Amino acid sequence: MTQPETTETANTVSLTIDGSPVEVRPDATLLEACRQMGTEVPTLCYLETLTPVNVCRICVVEVERNRTLVPACSRIAEEGMVVKTDSERVRHSRKMILEFLGSSVDLSAAEDEVGEWMEQYQADPARYGPQSEPTAAGERGRRHPGHHGEVNGRTAEGVHQPTKVDNTLYVRDYSRCILCYKCVEACGIDAQGTYAIAVAGRGFDARISTEMDLPLGDGACVFCGNCIGVCPTGALMFRSEWELRRAELWDPDAQSVTRTVCSYCGVGCNLELHTQDNRIVKVTSPQDHDVTSGHLCIKGRFGYDYVQNLGDVDRSSIDEVLAAARRPAPE
Amino acid sequence: MDDAEVVILWGSNARAAHPIFFHRIIRAVRRGATLFCVDPRRSESSEWADLWLGIDVGSDIALSNAVAREILANGLENREFIERATLHFGEYAQSVEEWTLERGEEVTGVPAAAIRSLAHTYAKADRAQLCWTLGITEHHNATDNVLALINLALLCGHVGRYGSGLVPLRGQNNVQGGGDMGAIPNKFPGFQDVESDEIRGRFEAAWKASVPPRKGLHLTQMFEAMEEGHLRGLYVIGENPAESEADVNRARGLLEGLDFIVAQDIFLTRTAQMADVVFPAAADWCEAEGTVTSSERRVQRVRPALRPPGEARTDSHIICSLATAMGHDWGLPAAEEVWDEMRSLSPMHGGMSYRRLEENGGLQWPCYDEDHPGELFLHSRLWADPPGGPLAPFTPVEWVPPVDRLTEDYPVRLTTGRHLDSYNTGVQSGSLKSPIRIGGTIDISPEDCSEWGVSEGEEVRVTSRRGSITVPARVDESLRPGLVFMSLHFPEEVDINQLTIEAWDPKSGTAEFKATAVRVEKMPAPVG
Amino acid sequence: MDLRFTDAQPTAAEREAVESVIGPARVDSHQRVRTASNLRIFAKGMQSVADRRHLLLPALEAVQSEIGWVSEGALMHICRELSVPPAEAWGVATFYSLISVDPSPPVVLHVCDDIVCRRVGALELMEGLEANGQTPNTRWLPSPCLGQCDRAPAAYIQRAGEDDQVLVSIDPRTRPIGPDGSVVAANGQQESPAAPQAGQAHLRILRRVGTVNPRSLDSYLAAGGYRALEEAVEMGPAAVVAEVKASNLRGRGGAAFPAWIKWEAVANSPEPVRYLICNADESEPGTFKDRVLMEDDPFSVIEAMTISGYAIGARKGYLYIRGEYPLATRRLRSAIHQARDAGLLGESTRNGVSFDIDLRRGQGAYICGEETALMNSIEGLRGEPRNKPPFPTVSGLFGKPTVINNVETLCNVLDIVADGGSNFASVGTPQSTGPKLFCLSGSVRRPGTYEVEFGATLGDLIELAGGLPEGRRLRAILLGGAAGSFVLPDLLEMPLTFEAASEAGVSLGSGVIMAFDQHTDFGDILARIAAFFRDETCGQCVPCRVGTVRVEEALARIRRDPQPGDLELIEEIDLAMRDASICGLGHTAAIALRSALELGLLE
Repeated sequence: MTQPETTETANTVSLTIDGSPVEVRPDATLLEACRQMGTEVPTLCYLETLTPVNVCRICVVEVERNRTLVPACSRIAEEGMVVKTDSERVRHSRKMILEFLGSSVDLSAAEDEVGEWMEQYQADPARYGPQSEPTAAGERGRRHPGHHGEVNGRTAEGVHQPTKVDNTLYVRDYSRCILCYKCVEACGIDAQGTYAIAVAGRGFDARISTEMDLPLGDGACVFCGNCIGVCPTGALMFRSEWELRRAELWDPDAQSVTRTVCSYCGVGCNLELHTQDNRIVKVTSPQDHDVTSGHLCIKGRFGYDYVQNLGDVDRSSIDEVLAAARRPAPE
Repeated sequence: MDDAEVVILWGSNARAAHPIFFHRIIRAVRRGATLFCVDPRRSESSEWADLWLGIDVGSDIALSNAVAREILANGLENREFIERATLHFGEYAQSVEEWTLERGEEVTGVPAAAIRSLAHTYAKADRAQLCWTLGITEHHNATDNVLALINLALLCGHVGRYGSGLVPLRGQNNVQGGGDMGAIPNKFPGFQDVESDEIRGRFEAAWKASVPPRKGLHLTQMFEAMEEGHLRGLYVIGENPAESEADVNRARGLLEGLDFIVAQDIFLTRTAQMADVVFPAAADWCEAEGTVTSSERRVQRVRPALRPPGEARTDSHIICSLATAMGHDWGLPAAEEVWDEMRSLSPMHGGMSYRRLEENGGLQWPCYDEDHPGELFLHSRLWADPPGGPLAPFTPVEWVPPVDRLTEDYPVRLTTGRHLDSYNTGVQSGSLKSPIRIGGTIDISPEDCSEWGVSEGEEVRVTSRRGSITVPARVDESLRPGLVFMSLHFPEEVDINQLTIEAWDPKSGTAEFKATAVRVEKMPAPVG
Repeated sequence: MDLRFTDAQPTAAEREAVESVIGPARVDSHQRVRTASNLRIFAKGMQSVADRRHLLLPALEAVQSEIGWVSEGALMHICRELSVPPAEAWGVATFYSLISVDPSPPVVLHVCDDIVCRRVGALELMEGLEANGQTPNTRWLPSPCLGQCDRAPAAYIQRAGEDDQVLVSIDPRTRPIGPDGSVVAANGQQESPAAPQAGQAHLRILRRVGTVNPRSLDSYLAAGGYRALEEAVEMGPAAVVAEVKASNLRGRGGAAFPAWIKWEAVANSPEPVRYLICNADESEPGTFKDRVLMEDDPFSVIEAMTISGYAIGARKGYLYIRGEYPLATRRLRSAIHQARDAGLLGESTRNGVSFDIDLRRGQGAYICGEETALMNSIEGLRGEPRNKPPFPTVSGLFGKPTVINNVETLCNVLDIVADGGSNFASVGTPQSTGPKLFCLSGSVRRPGTYEVEFGATLGDLIELAGGLPEGRRLRAILLGGAAGSFVLPDLLEMPLTFEAASEAGVSLGSGVIMAFDQHTDFGDILARIAAFFRDETCGQCVPCRVGTVRVEEALARIRRDPQPGDLELIEEIDLAMRDASICGLGHTAAIALRSALELGLLE
């Protein structure tokens, strides 16, 4: 079992992916290896700037001599591995995962790829039956782990529930939450260090929650919005975007994205201003910019109203909706 | 920063004031870096520290000198670096000799053991970063404060190497860029001396115009010139001195006495309201093309995402139009043309074409030509053999207490700072409907609150030698008895600068916002 | 960290409960204890934060146990003391079914309605409780298997400020607790013998069960206890590992992994800090063998852990026991104290071994029996399994090399050391060595824990348990627990060895043999199994979190009105759960169900 300590660390690891040899750096993951050779692997809970949690399992691939499939996002490539990314087993698991999500979560605001994968893997979430009724506001947040209620199989149970609108800056629509843990990581250990949210509850009742399910402003949240920045399904959304969507004025085709530098402190955070109708409707930061890694603070992400909160000047069609977003949360 | 072994935040609450920079500190701490925070308040940043040193306001030089003496007394200084790359070491060593740990503790209030710990850890570290903000610079002796910190870095050789350095955190997105571009009284773009005939000659040749051979006035000097009656008119671009000046009642009086004020701003600020002419300006960061320079000397492009409202125009448009109106047709050059002219005259920006700024996500100066990658850190020349250019001088500095002395009538130290969700005088952040806004308060330690019989939210009267305001109290556990805190963000509700002192640093022109002597009084109960 | 807490404060009693496990308030906590010194300097740092996190679950448990529920004030107090972000602490507290974050009456009855109990009166019992069980002083909740299948039906009582208690062999027609919370139907805990073979000469692991006094170290010593440790010290650690290797001992928790591979890897690790964990979170429905060992021979568990810790070079061992085993917990705690007092456990024992044991109680989460979930639970995190690799032998508890073995596995080490590995290997078959415990329950005359040599057949075990009661015919057996599979009587001749089971496409699991007769409503049993996995999945990975729900729904449809494709759908879900789930729970959640459907037990 003991290994000679003097062995020189190899500079690369050789493995085979879908029949083609590939050489990667020694600590590369299978996902990185796949990307290096241009092989597409779907991911949902993975983000370059966060620690992989490998919970969505959509990135599973088949590795010879492994009993189960392995998550490409976190499995380190080993010398001689033989990997299949598109085998029957892989396709089956991906399809089922997409169906599981599609049958329990509202994916209508998810990243575009999700819809493409649905087609690619021929996922049919509808075959599990009609969606269960949404739960009452706050109900899921108080569920105790253990025995659950009667199941009749006539509907497919989902996580649908009213949107949490408890502040002026962003909303939490956990009907759209796939529990990818990204928001938890961005809020806590991987960037912001605020730890305002965590996963609470267990099993199908597991949910993202503040302590005691408090409204955001009553807990530890500092409203950096870094959770929104990493959310892949639109569960976390700028209040402005949410209001515009509700008013059916949200129009990605009419939007442009301009990269600039934040107007506040001297750190030099890059901003991507998403504008529609000469109004900023949301703000992101590029993941690949090494100053921010995609993360901002409350001022950079939300502090832009002063350039467009203009009273009577230049009023455009979406201003009223944006003004609604500045009002306190509805009861 | 990510790879530093030791990080010192000195007079900086980066957690609130520079949140994204603080992400880097968190990352370093998670990798095992030791974090020290030197701050009168046990701030949010201090909660992350391995050791917080709750210094008395304005005793930074005392602490720095005591740290230096402790390093020298234990032979922990970097002899090799000192000998190869610095000047005046002997003089400096002598100047700190009196600063024993005991003396340091007496003046700063920080226990000797903590000073010792900081000294030893900083000196022994292989890579150490020393960061500061306005806690160092908003003092009457700001420059000396900074020199004191530079001395420490020179003493340990923590400068000019990867992972080691001096990090002044800029409070505004383009403070650095303003300096870079010559928006200081004595410099041309690229920090070139206005009073040098040779340099001025180059600019005059390029501009085909003559440039006054004398340096101008900085802000504090301007107000003195107003007082003396030499200065009668003011063109104010993007500043709001009628609210942001210390001892603001005096400043407003002087502004009112001027013959003519032109204000160019994106808001109708209090200063603009006093102006004779107002030019409505576009917001540069989202309505104009251009560049800004961040704290790490990184020049990055800003781009217009919005059309400016109404008749607002970009600053360059306004200035060029003004020139035309004054009989000099500069046309309306594109931002890139202006930039290219500037970099043809400022060697350290020479290699920063718009194309390269775009490709590289910004470049850090100096960047002399289009093959130069920019510099990750400065002063690496000090490690070259022989050190390129002039040696780095130690500058002995004397500790002088804050001008506004604590006395029986004004027994409490008021210091100032920023909240996470607010910014300066609040003109930008005021419209942000922040769910976590505290508002304008005076923050008081639990001990003082109970001593003065003040409870949370209660209006109290705060009086300094210059003025008096009322403000709601807030109990704040980060403070100790005798120390109170206010932010600058809400001048309309809480006009804090009626209290602050216009004692300014003769070398940098910064006012001593950080140290005011006040008394806090409970309001008399309403009659009837 | 600049953590934020709400203003809620603990009561004096909550404060005291917390202090009892984590010690008095510390100056560097987030309590802001204000002293002249810490108004000037404050030393904290990430390490001191990390070092206290593992106290989170014990602190929550202490409040739950003393007060009956964890209030916001208590939670905030714990968070301030341990520097835990409140949202994370909330996430941990709401993970466990035995911790309540809602106001609760002082007495809470957890009534087992799992596979065995529901067939012998639990449902009737619950009907009665539904009518009169919720009072200002009492509440009842249904519970997954309590590990008392040999004495069904059973209930577990949490009682604020007092010791927990288990009620067994409850008469379903009675009210087990009065309106004031007092126990009405306290049937004796020892009504049926835990190990019906007790006292028989051929027994190895069960040798002392029923013959020694489990409360007395002297009794254990008189029965030959601690001789194995002496021998181990004489042999030296490497030789102990070699004997375990020679014994070919395989894990008894369910995975049947060779113990020596883990031991050798950790023993040879370059990392000096290592841990041993005894997995006593016995929660697989139908499993109660470890409970018998811990209740009736607790010192052997402690001695076996000491030897193992010594062999792998660990100075610290954790014994993680499920919360629903209060008697075993009390006896083990007592055993640990006696061993310490006698110099047989602790920093330096009279044998020169430096090894101590920290007992940790689970708080109601089947998933924490999964080895990496258990480690996260000890560390004060949610009991979510980790992705592997890295395996625990490389990065286990607190990121250190860790050996984790089940109670029964460890107890075998005593004989391996005393008699030699090769002697041990001569028992059973070459691939399944030594003695093995089986948990017989359901339709048998004498349910209980039985010891046989590997190689005994399924039929032998049913015989040992007295066969089926009069008039009952064997219809099927659930082998290996809820995570195992159903088999028909045609497998009665199958030897119960790892290799024979594997050949038959089944698993011995944790040694569950649950017999069902011709009167069994398999639809009800399967629905319970499906519900169990849905309740007990941690919810971390999609295939398991949603898959267990979809399986349960599909089964409900099949029971009501089977349609073509329903069975195939369950197969499809099962395949994805087996292939793509993070841990064994998802891998095995639908196996029993599928086997029952394939065997036609629903028809």
